[in-house]
Amino acid sequence: MRSFTYERPADARAAVAAASRSGAKFISGGTNLLDLMKLDIEHPSHLVDISRLALRDIDELPDGGLRIGAQAANSDVAADARVRTRYPVLSQALVSGASGQLRNKASTGGNLLQRTRCPYFYDTAAGCNKRDPGSGCSAIDGSNRIHAILGASDACIATHPSDMAVAMTVLDAQIELLDADESVRRVAITDFYRLPGDTPHLETVLRPAEMITSVVLPPPPPGRQLYRKVRDRASYEFALVSVAAVVSADQATIAQARVAFGGVAHKPWRSVEAEAALTGRPATMATYRAAADAAMRDAVGQGHNDFKIELARRTLCRTLAQAAQSS
Amino acid sequence: MNDPDAGGAGRSWAETAPLSAVALRVNDEVRRLEVDPRTSLLDALREHLHLSGTKKGCDHGQCGACTVLINGRRVNSCLTLAVMHEDDEIVTIEGLGDLDSLHAMQRSFVERDGFQCGYCTPGQICSAVGMLAEVGAGWPSHATADVASPRIALTDEEIRERMSGNICRCAAYPNIVAAIRAVAKAGTQ
Ligand SMILES: Cc1cc2nc3c(=O)[nH]c(=O)nc-3n(C[C@H](O)[C@H](O)[C@H](O)COP(=O)(O)OP(=O)(O)OC[C@H]3O[C@@H](n4cnc5c(N)ncnc54)[C@H](O)[C@@H]3O)c2cc1C
Ligand code: SF4
Ligand code: FES
Ligand code: FES
Repeated sequence: MRSFTYERPADARAAVAAASRSGAKFISGGTNLLDLMKLDIEHPSHLVDISRLALRDIDELPDGGLRIGAQAANSDVAADARVRTRYPVLSQALVSGASGQLRNKASTGGNLLQRTRCPYFYDTAAGCNKRDPGSGCSAIDGSNRIHAILGASDACIATHPSDMAVAMTVLDAQIELLDADESVRRVAITDFYRLPGDTPHLETVLRPAEMITSVVLPPPPPGRQLYRKVRDRASYEFALVSVAAVVSADQATIAQARVAFGGVAHKPWRSVEAEAALTGRPATMATYRAAADAAMRDAVGQGHNDFKIELARRTLCRTLAQAAQSS
Repeated sequence: MNDPDAGGAGRSWAETAPLSAVALRVNDEVRRLEVDPRTSLLDALREHLHLSGTKKGCDHGQCGACTVLINGRRVNSCLTLAVMHEDDEIVTIEGLGDLDSLHAMQRSFVERDGFQCGYCTPGQICSAVGMLAEVGAGWPSHATADVASPRIALTDEEIRERMSGNICRCAAYPNIVAAIRAVAKAGTQ
């Protein structure tokens, strides 16, 4: 690991000021950043430790929503009684990710900003436009079993690995940011992440020293919430495909539905196409299949990951059937 | 490029940063250290404090051998920096118990043969202690059918899921589960 200087500012303002230094980076739980620093994929010259900032709380909002502090640990969010009862899809997504030890350290902000698990991104001997812009994408003609089927580009076919962010996407979360000039803004999670285009090294709309301070969940949508994750081992493994769904069915008709996929794109993938194909339709397998076809209409396989298109379809059908049954 | 000090996975770069002072409370003792900021908590425990019970398996959060308790919570000590833990309460396998007074979890692992080579064992035991506290606090897991339910039935499936962050290369899993189950049972009787 390259050497760096270390600083632990006392409050959020001091933190964004400290992060304005060139080569500076925030560190929260460190579970992704230190891993990447050990491999010389990330090499900040200055670390700004924000893990002790007073951003750990989960607060009730007047409109019935919740504000989750950026430093709230993944395990604390998953175990929060309000999250478990009102936003169970978020709790389910969190406990399906990483391990008990990692969730105790991983923060809400850090989880949102974790980097891809593309093996070439991790291999400093391989070309990778995300790690080293302009050096090519080794995955396109390489081993691409875990890569994207939606929204990819000729420059990068990586996926975003977070489970938590998929649940937050289906819940229409907003991300609150504090900039170095002390300005504050809120960005919808779907606008927060970028598609790779020809700049895959730019993953979000975050400005250089901007810090995530919290995630705001609007009041829970009506209906049953469900997260389903499909992976190569039963636990302690990233998703090949995951689905977060919220379905409200009235008798045998779907009144409203929301759908987001994980493991399929450079960002958590909200499928408005699937949602349109569900609304007002009978809660039957034929409807779920039509929604799955709509969701995957523009899907493109890269060779080794062709199976993901069918896997995503089936995972969606199964999740919708289960959610509609008991809503 | 062939300079062995010029980086690469897990190795230190030749550049040095000024040392940072940090005070850790390890196994009930205040320990003051001067470390390079790059020092992981794991390396601080093993190389600086000579508490070699905590093991390095992967150094990347993938095996759980380095699990210790920080302020009562289980954590991978390889993926955190020593300087980030000023004044934190750290318990390692050495602090859980010793030969004269084994912790209930250590004794249970011995009684039920919860290991073969023993390399993963300190991490397994610290993780199991942290895990039972999480169950006691009513935390859900991926094996919990209804995350909204405040009570957790600690089935073998729950134990396996909750312990999935601790890999055992010898695959002593059945006896690890038995050892943990026995402690959990004794605790609730
Ligand atoms: C073995 C292993 C298995 C895993 N499995 C899964 C899995 O199945 N599913 C899953 O979703 N995740 C998984 N993870 C990833 C894990 O969830 C992330 O490492 C973790 O959530 C990152 O959070 P952190 O607080 O440790 O982030 P850090 O490592 O501290 O930071 C990550 C990045 O975010 C930046 N950052 C952190 N906080 C802020 C903030 N408030 N504002 C602005 N920037 C910030 C940092 O500068 C850094 O670039 C796994 C990790 C490991 C090591
Ligand atoms: S898919 Fe993206 S991250 Fe992977 S090698 Fe290509 S450019 Fe790099
Ligand atoms: S050594 Fe820390 S998880 Fe493997
Ligand atoms: S006992 Fe050998 S690795 Fe677990």
